[in-house]
Amino acid sequence: MSSEGASYRDGVRASLPIAATVWFFGVSFGLLARTSGLGAVAPLVMSATTFAGSAQFAAASILGTSSGAAAAITAAVLLNGRYVPISISVARLFHGHRLRRLAEAQLIVDESWALSSRGDGRYDRGLLLGAGIVLYAAWVTGTGVGVVFGRALGDPKALGLDGAFPALFLALLIPQLATPRARLAALLGGAIALTLIPFTPAGVPIVAASTACLLGLRGRS
Amino acid sequence: MTVWPVVLVVGVATVIFKASGPVLLGRSPLPAPLAGVVVLLGPVLLAALVVTQTVGGDGRIVLDARLAGVGAAALTIAARAPLPAVVLVAAAATALVRLLT
Repeated sequence: MSSEGASYRDGVRASLPIAATVWFFGVSFGLLARTSGLGAVAPLVMSATTFAGSAQFAAASILGTSSGAAAAITAAVLLNGRYVPISISVARLFHGHRLRRLAEAQLIVDESWALSSRGDGRYDRGLLLGAGIVLYAAWVTGTGVGVVFGRALGDPKALGLDGAFPALFLALLIPQLATPRARLAALLGGAIALTLIPFTPAGVPIVAASTACLLGLRGRS
Repeated sequence: MTVWPVVLVVGVATVIFKASGPVLLGRSPLPAPLAGVVVLLGPVLLAALVVTQTVGGDGRIVLDARLAGVGAAALTIAARAPLPAVVLVAAAATALVRLLT
């Protein structure tokens, strides 16, 4: 796996276009968190420790309403539940002491994970960690800029940022649809998520959609 | 002060989620049936994220300007444009449709 693997530098290079986008998302998170009453320090600490955009957006927007801490925690934890299967999929790339594995694993994020996929169920360590460190830096610095200068940017919704998120994920999805089975599984997962949106709290549709992966138990594609 | 408990609990939970595979499984190869399942995780989770972020609302399906953004992104991807262009077009289309409606 290491002989043909990409270097960290390859991961850094591959991640730069995504990092620019993630930086802007970080700015808009900082702005949203500030206007939701999270203060200046808490959003930065959250970006540095949680490092998962969708869950942080959900938590900040719920804290901005009257729903309270329990609802914010539930939504964010459910949204990040997908990192359990995601981290299992790349478990083999990590070695060394447990603490080192724990620290390096924090660089797993949707975008670095998608970039590191080779499409055959294998993942590349150089791409995952090289991209992860760049995206981490972009996310945290973007958050800082958003917290301090966000107001100058105006309303993230008026800038269409909420339409840019799913567009980024769509762009990451397309290269992973190489086989008929992958396309079928993606269709099924999307349908499960769509069906559950009206009936379950945020996060559940995504976790439930992962059952579509069980298609992979049926023979070889 | 409800902010810090949220930051703490969500942070600790996410650190544990992300570390669960690398810390608990280590380098042992996945059993063959599980490997077939894991291959599909990328397409499935990314598809679910596209769906929930395009039409997901507060416990209901919301059809709004985001649809235009994702539609425009799909066309931009089909034209083999680079990623920053895809995201910019999506944001612009979303903002434009929101402005007009």
